[in-house]
Amino acid sequence: MNELLEGFFEECEELLEVLSDGLDAMAAGTVDEDTINAVFRSVHSIKGGAGAFGMEVLVEFSHAFENVLDGMRSGKIELSPTLVALLYQAGDHLSTLVEANAQGDQNVPTAHDALIADLKEACSAIAPPPEEADFEGTADLNDFDFMPLTIDVPGEGPGEDFASTQYEIRFAPYPSLYEHGLEPVLMLRALGELGDLQIDARQDHLAPLSEQPQSDGGVIWLLQLKTTSPRQSIEQIFEFTRDLCELDIFEMCANGATSETSIRRFPEGHDPQRIADGEDMGGDEAAKATMAAETAFAPAAEPAPTSLPVPSAPDASATGSKSSKVSRKSGRDTLRVELDRVDRLVNIVGELVISEAMLRQSMSDTEMSSNSSAVNAMVQLKQLSGELQESVMAIRAQPVRGLFQRMSRIVRETARETGKEACLVTEGDATEVDKTVTERLVEPLTHMIRNAVDHGLEHPDIREGNGKPKVGTVSLSAAHRSGRIQIQLRDDGAGIDRAKVLQTAVRKGLIAPGEEMSEADIDNLLFMPGFSTNDAVSNLSGRGVGMDVVRSEIQALGGRVSISSVAGRGTTFSISLPLTLAVLEGMIVSVAGERIVVPTTSLRETVRVSEASVHVMGQSGQVLSIRDGLIPIVDLGTRLGFRNVDSCAADQSLLLIEADSGRRVALAVDQVFDQREVVIKGLEQNYQQIPGIAAATILGDGRIALIVDTDQMIPLGSSIGEPFETAIEIGAPNHV
Amino acid sequence: MSDEAQITASTKREIVSFTVQDQAFCIDIGHVLEIRGWTQTTTLPHAPDYVKGLMNLRGTVLPVLDMSRRLGLGSAEPSNRDVIIIVRPEEMTVGFLVEAVSDILTVNNDEMTPTPDVNSAETKSFIEGIFTHGDQLIRAVDVRSIMPTGAEVHPQ
Repeated sequence: MNELLEGFFEECEELLEVLSDGLDAMAAGTVDEDTINAVFRSVHSIKGGAGAFGMEVLVEFSHAFENVLDGMRSGKIELSPTLVALLYQAGDHLSTLVEANAQGDQNVPTAHDALIADLKEACSAIAPPPEEADFEGTADLNDFDFMPLTIDVPGEGPGEDFASTQYEIRFAPYPSLYEHGLEPVLMLRALGELGDLQIDARQDHLAPLSEQPQSDGGVIWLLQLKTTSPRQSIEQIFEFTRDLCELDIFEMCANGATSETSIRRFPEGHDPQRIADGEDMGGDEAAKATMAAETAFAPAAEPAPTSLPVPSAPDASATGSKSSKVSRKSGRDTLRVELDRVDRLVNIVGELVISEAMLRQSMSDTEMSSNSSAVNAMVQLKQLSGELQESVMAIRAQPVRGLFQRMSRIVRETARETGKEACLVTEGDATEVDKTVTERLVEPLTHMIRNAVDHGLEHPDIREGNGKPKVGTVSLSAAHRSGRIQIQLRDDGAGIDRAKVLQTAVRKGLIAPGEEMSEADIDNLLFMPGFSTNDAVSNLSGRGVGMDVVRSEIQALGGRVSISSVAGRGTTFSISLPLTLAVLEGMIVSVAGERIVVPTTSLRETVRVSEASVHVMGQSGQVLSIRDGLIPIVDLGTRLGFRNVDSCAADQSLLLIEADSGRRVALAVDQVFDQREVVIKGLEQNYQQIPGIAAATILGDGRIALIVDTDQMIPLGSSIGEPFETAIEIGAPNHV
Repeated sequence: MSDEAQITASTKREIVSFTVQDQAFCIDIGHVLEIRGWTQTTTLPHAPDYVKGLMNLRGTVLPVLDMSRRLGLGSAEPSNRDVIIIVRPEEMTVGFLVEAVSDILTVNNDEMTPTPDVNSAETKSFIEGIFTHGDQLIRAVDVRSIMPTGAEVHPQ
């Protein structure tokens, strides 16, 4: 969980940066629609993440903030110097809140409520009356986005965060608990399911293993739980631990600042005195632990007596917030480095390897004795530069596991918020993806997962009625395919309700009424800015910022996203992303004097033309006959336009390619060299995408070789996953 | 040429002049990253004829434009005395394949005369003006418009 939190706070840092850049632009008067959108989205994303982690103070504030920005976005609120000042103040406050949450500080800054009131005032001036919000009979698209009537109403819906209570629980199991075969971990897990749980295990009172083994219960757990569930459900979890542990449950005020309503409860048969006397624990230790708990959980209570011996528990007097801060800091030992710097390193090392190869070549030309020290040093240099290259590459490539882990959390949270049941199935977690790509996929993927649960999956009872399993499945898979990463997100929900999509699009003026549209066109309407079929503004799901953001973020990564849906069976989103700097296993071949890399992912086998059974079909077509069928032969040189005439000569080789769809093609090449790992260099940066080419690479001699996009080599009519583009203009939702 | 003293800093401009098919051209020195010797390029499929291919500049893959073809002067016999000027006007870095780089000159912007109305589409769209240096005419290339554009790559 700490890892997830850390990810969120790292993301917040970036979002706050976007926010402050946007505010600067507003102050400078150079504001445009994109800037406001960017600012809105960053606040919205913070709200989304904060909602997922149950930081209700942050959610409450960003919600109010977002409403003002939303008003600006729809042109209802005019930008004025006073507003800019307010936005700046709000931006700063948001940063403070994020920081406070990052450090586990539960105190609400004094300006908080006043600022929320100001923000509300700023948008109340333009707030449409609530009746208009369901946009019956209103053609104005912008009315839809803006429904301030739902702001900050506590407990407005199921799973609403505002109604949550903060509990602080001290759980000290006696040895007998373990003897009864009870497992604290399971209880903690059950607690975690009630809400946002922070766990701190206190082991500082533990005696060394050599002394008095099993004399006490061991670890004492200090838990902070933020939940909407009633107190009874917490007590239920510990129902079987009666007389087997020491359990204190403190109820905190909603804002967590004070604990006036603290209730201290001891299990039957364990009065405080008895515990302080240390019946089951070392006397001093127990007292100290109790004191520690008291100071930790009741900051308003008396400070711990200074005479208390604390050396054995260095942070005994620290509050719960402090210990959680420590645990956040002591996570993995990582260093955040700008990717630019890594890129430069990668390039320099690439050059080094090439220079090394050239030096080796010229040394062997001079015919030195193989025993000379220069030659020996050269061998060592080669080894080192190879290792250097590998380690540098490893910095950038990271498995998508972490990303997928974050998503499973999102699925759970969203399911809880929407009262649905869902589980996430992942596949290909080990697929290595460029760090930039994983980082920048977090947001779009979060949106998509939320949509899949919120809009895609049906309610459990409806599912059961349709003969589906009650628990909906969202599956997420990643794979390398012909130099690109394919990420698929599937849900087994109801599929896209195309009639509703059309209706909504017409109502919002995105398309003209009665317009003829294919099913795919209708599905693609979901990617239009401002489109959302969900009429309710909720904490988690978007206000129409969802899918258009998803698409623009993925396009910014050089990727494409497509959608397919079967009514009653579910919806599939396919994201295809380039591997700008990943490593790819490829076969080096030559065609018409050019060296080409064929990715081995879809390569099944290679056959020499002289040994293969090649037949002529039609005027110039050729097929290869192998064990299980006939495969069309495509001359790679002709296909890429290097030569005009197919030259299927006996000295050529055929590479048997099989696409994901199962379609096959035999690529005729002049010569096959070797198989090796190559570094992928994108062509988009300095040139553009080239049909049939996935990317380029630099070979050992410094020359560039192109990497073939094998999927595009399959003869026309069988190509799958055509690049998906719609003719919809982004940012112009009001005209057709 | 006007007197050196009259050239103010704001209108002064440094240019790199080069020759293609015995004609003199120039670009603003601010766009030039470096000048490299001729190197073998990797042919790009489905590319316009003026895209010579790809070259490796210290790990960066960039396209090389054959300036002779790009400027509509016909195909030039490649020679290993050719030079590649690495240019980065905006986000894209490309190489210009030219016959030779001749000089670096300081000129006054006011001296630039408009491109005469000649019957050549390439000249009209890629030459922004002409400088006179001695008895030589130096054609100022509009670097931004000469960059390869997506529209010119015909889809398969």
